[in-house]
Amino acid sequence: MSTPKLRLVNVWKQFFVEKGELLTAVQDLSMTVQANEFVSLLGPSGCGKSTTLMMVAGLDSISAGRIEVDGRPIAGPGPDRGVVFQSYTLFPWLTVEENVRFALKKSGLSRSRQDELVRHHLRLVGLDDFAAAMPNQLSGGMRQRVAIARALVYRPQMLLMDEPFGALDAQTRMLMQELLLTIWQADRTTVLFVTHDVDEAILLSDRIYVMTARPGRIKAEIVVDLPRPRTFLETEGDERFVQLRKQALSFIHSEVRQSGSSG
Amino acid sequence: MNEPPLSRSKENVPLLELRREIPRRYYLGAGVGFIALFIIAWFLLTGLGMVSRIFLPSPAAVWAEMIRQIQSGLIWQDASASLYRITVGWLMATLLAVPIGVLMGNFHFFEGLFEPFIDLVRYMPAVAFVPLTILWLGVDDGQKFAILFIGTFFQEVLLIMDNVKTVPQDLIQVSYTFGLNKWEVLWHVILRAAMPGVWDTFRITLGWAWTYLVVAELVAANVGLGYRIMRAQRFLETETIILGILIIGVLGLMTDYLFKMSYKRLFPWAIQTR
Repeated sequence: MSTPKLRLVNVWKQFFVEKGELLTAVQDLSMTVQANEFVSLLGPSGCGKSTTLMMVAGLDSISAGRIEVDGRPIAGPGPDRGVVFQSYTLFPWLTVEENVRFALKKSGLSRSRQDELVRHHLRLVGLDDFAAAMPNQLSGGMRQRVAIARALVYRPQMLLMDEPFGALDAQTRMLMQELLLTIWQADRTTVLFVTHDVDEAILLSDRIYVMTARPGRIKAEIVVDLPRPRTFLETEGDERFVQLRKQALSFIHSEVRQSGSSG
Repeated sequence: MNEPPLSRSKENVPLLELRREIPRRYYLGAGVGFIALFIIAWFLLTGLGMVSRIFLPSPAAVWAEMIRQIQSGLIWQDASASLYRITVGWLMATLLAVPIGVLMGNFHFFEGLFEPFIDLVRYMPAVAFVPLTILWLGVDDGQKFAILFIGTFFQEVLLIMDNVKTVPQDLIQVSYTFGLNKWEVLWHVILRAAMPGVWDTFRITLGWAWTYLVVAELVAANVGLGYRIMRAQRFLETETIILGILIIGVLGLMTDYLFKMSYKRLFPWAIQTR
């Protein structure tokens, strides 16, 4: 078997809180993501899944253990791992097109090549008519589309997404999930997707890692053997989907109860 | 077919509903009316002789004084001297407050280094520094700049620090993933994002500088709007005092307006439309 795209080996995240107590956010977590796989990290609020993603992104330090991309330990953030956050993080003083282009600032590519890539990715997310718009003129869903285009424009090795559709209404979320699937089908970038939404995880992923409540560890791994391409409506009633859903929910349920009682 | 119930002519405008928007003409009308009320009250109080002429001169007397000062050119001398002092004093404070505020907002080390000192000096009254500054700097414009600086800088630097601190953490994080180093993030992202807030801080602090003008020109001046007021006090020339205060108020309003208008031009993106 070839080297996995992403490997976490016995990763811990601990830090001191106000009263000098030691808080363990992530405890001895190990997982892998193969190249071109779409993997979700599923767990209740506060379980450490976002913290894990931040460590993979290189935006947070690791207390112990190893995180390797293509077999090499990561050293800080970089264009090999694109990130999409829940809050939109668009630069409000730049147009849609300039926002996406910003990601290519340090790429060393020629202006015309940059133009090509920006235009291609705006078309990919369906926003080529809005290239000159400002973020404050866009809806939440549109802003996230720009964020996705911006994260993909420099062809990262991996895409890291932290509950990207969490701030959107249910209908927009549905559309965005399908958009993501369509985009992903085309070039199959390796994706690590963090969510607390069971349905979303099953719809989008090849595999799901279910996390425990804090301190977060991997509780279970679910292989989502639903055929692709998938659409929202087709999967909703599908027998296998319902089975997987039940399985995931049973894992989550006990963890949610536990985290609810402690926090 | 049902007609839509609302039309402009039938508009029934409740003015006192909680948080309810009212048409612009009522909003403006109320403001203008309130000021007009004051002016009318002023005319009545003085015209009916209810107040001594020394305590409150009539609007006509103040107007006459203004005409006199325009004709003698005094008003332009005073205004330009004061504007010059305010501009330089405020610029001195700002040119120092911005880099220090930016450092403090981005590096906890500098925040720890400077904040306790700034907090301490912030509460020292600028007025009390007048005799000291005369001792240290003499009676030239330099002393005036110093007073304006002391009155403005210590508040401004903390405001700028806050402007920088409120740049969302996520925005900074995502910038690192594009391969930018921390200086590039500081210049291309943090400063750009903080600019609207900083511009507003400029507007507010320049407003404070105006109020310190009289303090700055308190002693050891021979020209200026503040000087003119203090001199008039000695001779009980109340209409000059009131004129001076009004002029300072109007000039302050004008600079405030200039900043507000330029904000809209420079930072259209900072205004939420959706």
